[in-house]
Amino acid sequence: MPPHPWLQRQRYLVDFTVGALGRRKGRNLALVAVYALIVFVLASVLLFSQALRHEAATLLSGAPEVTVQRLVAGRHDLIPGTYLERLGKVRGVTDARGRLWGYYYDPVVAANYTLLVSPDDPPPAGKIRVGSTLATTRGLGVGDVLSLRGHDGQPYAFTVDATLSPDSALLTADLILVNEQDFRAFFGIPTGLYTDLILTVPNPREVTKVAEKVLRALPDTRPIVREEILRTYAALFDWREGMVMVLLSGAVLAFIIFAWDKASGLSAEERREIGVLKAIGWETSDVMAMKLWEGLLISVFAFLLGYLAAYVHVFGLAAALFGPVLKGWSVLYPDFQLSPHVEAFQVFTLFFLTVFPYALATVVPVWRAAIADPDAVMRL
Amino acid sequence: MIELADVRKAFNQGQHNELWAVRGVTVHLEANRTTVLRGPSGSGKTTLMTLIGCLARPTSGRVRLHGRDVSGMTERFLTELRRQTFGFVFQQFNLVRGLTVEENVMLPAYPLGVPRRDLLRRVHALLDTLDLGAHAQAKAEWLSGGQAQRAAIARALVNDPEVILADEPTANLDTELSQRFLDIVADLKRQGKTLIITSHDPLVYESPQVDRVVSLRDGHLA
Repeated sequence: MPPHPWLQRQRYLVDFTVGALGRRKGRNLALVAVYALIVFVLASVLLFSQALRHEAATLLSGAPEVTVQRLVAGRHDLIPGTYLERLGKVRGVTDARGRLWGYYYDPVVAANYTLLVSPDDPPPAGKIRVGSTLATTRGLGVGDVLSLRGHDGQPYAFTVDATLSPDSALLTADLILVNEQDFRAFFGIPTGLYTDLILTVPNPREVTKVAEKVLRALPDTRPIVREEILRTYAALFDWREGMVMVLLSGAVLAFIIFAWDKASGLSAEERREIGVLKAIGWETSDVMAMKLWEGLLISVFAFLLGYLAAYVHVFGLAAALFGPVLKGWSVLYPDFQLSPHVEAFQVFTLFFLTVFPYALATVVPVWRAAIADPDAVMRL
Repeated sequence: MIELADVRKAFNQGQHNELWAVRGVTVHLEANRTTVLRGPSGSGKTTLMTLIGCLARPTSGRVRLHGRDVSGMTERFLTELRRQTFGFVFQQFNLVRGLTVEENVMLPAYPLGVPRRDLLRRVHALLDTLDLGAHAQAKAEWLSGGQAQRAAIARALVNDPEVILADEPTANLDTELSQRFLDIVADLKRQGKTLIITSHDPLVYESPQVDRVVSLRDGHLA
């Protein structure tokens, strides 16, 4: 069964358009290359930021609903374990426990480590478990000794019991797990004091209320809700993403000017061609449709090329080109693979903001040539 | 069939370089006849042809096709009329470079959305008639003068129009090819086509294929 005349007409127009694009290969290839590059850069930034936000959200989903810190003169201080009893009585809290963690600056590699007491399966006395990135940086293996300077200026020697899995590098890159006695002895923290307290609040709708009650019960504390941490990370990534976008805006503007110039300028040959098409029976709408197809074919192809390249760049090559800008600075860089995460709205927005302006830039200027009387072609 | 009643055509009207290319021409062109519009360069014959072929609208006067006034039609209707009624053979042929002969000949039928198979059948029949069957896949820029003209004629015929308009068809051809063109004219006449040709070539306007010569000078009938 033959196709509908309208559909057949579109196929003919696409055929003619593809041929026309091929007749100006050099110009169109240059356009596609630059266009794809811009999409690649923009999409890489968006994909990477979005993936980091998604990763942060996933990781934080295992964090406690409420973390309670004690403040002295506005600064974070150690918190007494006696507060646990009062916190455990707050309605909505099903579990409250103390947490011990701290930072250590290692002048050997000029890096900060996080020391943490793991309540579940802590290492034996005198032993530690280290993150894979830290182990690589310090050249540590199982059985090696890491000597750190304690609060009293004395060296504390810890034997590496195990290295943590590289898969968890995003969380454990700079982590050292120790047992409680070693931690307290190393930092000089007496029994009964903790770094902070964590509360389990199963009902998410009660979290804010619990935080209010904690503040009322313990005015010298600061309850931190998990969602606030998420928002902070999101804001951080948004800010970094925005900074990169601003830096790229110059390149984007240059591309807009370039694309407009290329798309809107009709060569004498193209004008002549339009005149001939009008003379042999093409309407203005046929010419405009052909030009619209031209704009769409170039922009959609360039978009797909750029976006696919961005996807491979971000999820295959860990955004090698500007990952550090968005990830942040650190001596101990976690080596991690982001899990692919694409937001449909983001794709659509980028598509809409790149494809349609270009297609319009192709069509609008040709309108003038398309409405001209075709008799001019008789004088060519 | 085609009537022109006191048609005038001006370019750049109202400006310092205003030019009246056609100044009050009244002529009646009959169907199934071959008419040559003859005159020196600047006589207005090409402009008159564009008015006859609905490529342009007259500044004043009336153009009637089968008794129907087409002078005031909008561009959309004129284009449709042009597509159905007229086939053009330009002086420079104006084949699209980079396209094959087959693709060039198909072009006027694209907006109609004719099924591809039917269109190709029609195109190849035309090319065979004009001895271009073997060159269907040749690029337009590879053709000789005579081949290019025959390709242009095939393109003009693809929508099976009533009227063929040819502007200085022998201007770029030698005597032999010009004669060949006139043989094609004879063939088209036999098929019942109306032909309107502009020319200042005696080989054309003195040919026995031509039924009538309309002479022009300075935009007037001479």
